[in-house]
Amino acid sequence: MIPVILLTGFLGSGKTTLLQRLLRHPSMEGTAVLVNEFGEVGLDHHLLDQIDENVVLLKSGCICCTVRGEVADALANLHSMRARGEISFDRVVIETTGLADPYPVLQTLTAHPVLRSHFCNGGVLTTVDTVNADIQVTHRAEAVRQISAADRIVLTKTDLATPEQETALRKRLLHVNPAANFITSFASAETILDGFGPLSFFTTAKAESHDHICGPACNHDAPSQVTQLTDQHRHHDETLGVTSFSLEVEGDIDWTMFGTWLTLLLHKYGDRIFRVKGILAIEGEALPIAIHGVQHLVHAPTHMDHWPKGMDQSGSKSSRLIFILEDIDPEKIRRSFRAFMNVDAVRAAA
Amino acid sequence: MCSLCGILGCDDHWTNAVARPGVYTRNHDTLARRTETARRLKSANAVLSFRRLKLDVWQGRSYVVSSPTGASSVFEALSHLWPEAETLAGREFDPLDDNFIEWMEGQALS
Repeated sequence: MIPVILLTGFLGSGKTTLLQRLLRHPSMEGTAVLVNEFGEVGLDHHLLDQIDENVVLLKSGCICCTVRGEVADALANLHSMRARGEISFDRVVIETTGLADPYPVLQTLTAHPVLRSHFCNGGVLTTVDTVNADIQVTHRAEAVRQISAADRIVLTKTDLATPEQETALRKRLLHVNPAANFITSFASAETILDGFGPLSFFTTAKAESHDHICGPACNHDAPSQVTQLTDQHRHHDETLGVTSFSLEVEGDIDWTMFGTWLTLLLHKYGDRIFRVKGILAIEGEALPIAIHGVQHLVHAPTHMDHWPKGMDQSGSKSSRLIFILEDIDPEKIRRSFRAFMNVDAVRAAA
Repeated sequence: MCSLCGILGCDDHWTNAVARPGVYTRNHDTLARRTETARRLKSANAVLSFRRLKLDVWQGRSYVVSSPTGASSVFEALSHLWPEAETLAGREFDPLDDNFIEWMEGQALS
């Protein structure tokens, strides 16, 4: 499977600049790039042409609605050329327009009958303009969705912002997406890419300065202390109506009933559940299973090769799910989850 | 694909992912598939009974959801279950609805 990294971020947030830097890094050798621009005349691909020959410019338009088919066609074409030996690559980066919702592109990777057999989600990298993000997040739904979908957030232009401005922004972004790692664009390309992927939050160190901003009350490092279902870790941005919270459950989860519950939940509320990701202790499995979804889309669950720190202490396994919601009461999700997962008749029958 | 009706029988739901390295699925052999299908029916029927609907397997490859009046609908993937069930019931299944949650909690206690 060829990983596809989605590079997104609002207009002018520094996506192309970051991509230029990343592509020069040795570990990004063998990367094909798809660039989508909003406007009549594409420019970004000219900047990228200088350093990578496998750059394809998609026609102008919004990647999330008008050229979704074109993304699929471009990926299929790249794969076809690779299979014929005309080009060689082992990774794809899609740079979206600044106005794109990442969800439809991720859905294309999962739902397309051909692409889903050859490409997989390699993670969502979102650039955030430290100077202007506060206004963008307040007024532009696209910016919120890009941040919500992020596996790693790269703060750009931090040199133009005051330390107080950056701290306040980090705190706000954490309310929107506590499941993302944060890093500044001044970090080395190696650091930005270290451990990056759909499971970055669980497989790498805690988000940069996360504990510092959230404080010990967030209880990030002590899931084993939670004796029953809880939503202790909860953030809310009143301006946006966006809430993020985590569900933590001790003991094994019935995979089948969990699938039934999450499918129904996303069927009904997928438009308002920007993100769900988690690590599950599944009945009959010694190691954890990771799931991640964006809105109505859930990617194929994956095996993890070890338990993250603190989630398998004293032999007592626990599960952790993180939700990013818009105008949904987390308490209702918690109660619904418990009601579904405790249907003992089903567990016994199964 | 069924040659008579043309139904593909292609279930691409995330809980039924194609077995490949790194992917967690219970879709890796015939026995596992059948066992998981039985569990899935139990699980879904526990929820569908809220609107007196019933889910079953149709021709081993697809699903059929039916109502007490005899109306039924065949579909091929679990991703279609809830839209089909709501159409058949004429009402929604809302997992965050208080009445629905209370009913599920009652199921858990019974």
